[in-house]
Amino acid sequence: MSQTKLARCFAEALGIQEQAVTDELAYQTIKEWDSVRHMALVAIIEQTFNVMLDTNDIIAMSSVGKAKAILAKYGIDCDAA
Amino acid sequence: MSAIELELPVISDFFDLPPYGLPQSQKAQMLVIRLRQLCWHHYERCVIYRRLIERVFGGEDALNFERLEEVPFIPVPLFKTHALRSVPAEAVVRTLASSGTSGQVLSRVELDRETSQRQTQVLVKILQHFLGPRRSPMVIFDRKVALDQPGPYPARVAALLGMMPFGRDPFFALKEDLSLDIEGLSAYLARASGAGGERVVVFGLTAILWQALVLTMEREGKKLHIPQGVLIHAGGWKKLQDAAVGAEEFRQRVQAVTGISRILNFYGMVEQVGSIFFENPRHYLQAPVYAEVIIRDPITLRPLPVGGVGLVQVLSAIPTSYPGHSLLTEDMGVLRGVDDPTTGMNGRYFEILGRVPQAEVRGCSDTYPTQHSTT
Repeated sequence: MSQTKLARCFAEALGIQEQAVTDELAYQTIKEWDSVRHMALVAIIEQTFNVMLDTNDIIAMSSVGKAKAILAKYGIDCDAA
Repeated sequence: MSAIELELPVISDFFDLPPYGLPQSQKAQMLVIRLRQLCWHHYERCVIYRRLIERVFGGEDALNFERLEEVPFIPVPLFKTHALRSVPAEAVVRTLASSGTSGQVLSRVELDRETSQRQTQVLVKILQHFLGPRRSPMVIFDRKVALDQPGPYPARVAALLGMMPFGRDPFFALKEDLSLDIEGLSAYLARASGAGGERVVVFGLTAILWQALVLTMEREGKKLHIPQGVLIHAGGWKKLQDAAVGAEEFRQRVQAVTGISRILNFYGMVEQVGSIFFENPRHYLQAPVYAEVIIRDPITLRPLPVGGVGLVQVLSAIPTSYPGHSLLTEDMGVLRGVDDPTTGMNGRYFEILGRVPQAEVRGCSDTYPTQHSTT
């Protein structure tokens, strides 16, 4: 998978295997991705990609695919990164 | 889209409506449709709710209401004695519990993914009205470990989690022993304001802020300097009322020790996380479009007009996983007005006057034998 950088963010924040990070993986569908770790995820993504997300981004980020779309809004191509 | 949302198509984008934009008459029309759907939804899925509608409200006819005042309500204490759920147990992603003192029976509500996410969506929508979409440095008056606990989240933590999306690199101001970490807080504030006088959001329960912030700083004879601050607080005033501290005095003394002039209170309960009632500029609690307040005569339970003191009923468009959409609380309140042009905020606004003395609240929870929730 070419989304390594983003997958690493998810794996680290949620404590899951990188292989489990697919575009379809969605918020609150696994016990590891709860609201507490969602905020940790936001922090790691901001640090890794050097962006500042707003509250709308945070609640819209309900899947890995959505996270990519949000980062694309800030000019970040996760599939290339 | 989930099965539940397919079953409840309602009004498209209801939850995207601005929280205080619709005049009361329009809001009531939309909300009553949503509540009618919620009533039927729970009637068909929650046996206890169904029995209550049948025995206390006379059955299905009670669900074909046209006005918000006619929505059947259930007494909040029912959540302490019964496990009320309208989804299968395996759909539950989180359980919330009221933060009662030890010995008290706790209310428990069970959330599925949809209800949980709708709570967040609505809470963020309401908070954005006051804070805008951007995030800020945030000081949380709690311990960091508050987030680590397993099992049901107390209401305190649920509220804190709702605030978190507005914070950036939040600072937890309480030490392990619940005392204020003054040095840590001062350093955090220096760092935050060093980044260009940024707005700082301070959040905590009213009683904790009173104890750990106001009384501590007064005792130590110290002051914080948070001129760009916004302080948001929620939760019971009981301890403060016992100490004869009113809302006005609370605000003055918070401002004296922090320099914060923007202080906002909100009223909410664990049974209706999300659709909270925020204080408007006149310090009255304002009902957002996704929620409603009705004040009822404590004896006859008839709805009271503006100015009448009675029991507070709260309605919420949010919950589908448990029947918490229409609740008679144990709080006394008074409706103060509707659609106030001086604040520019539409909808009803009201005031909470305090708790009903324990013995007085019986209501329809007595219809059922007490059984403790085992979930």
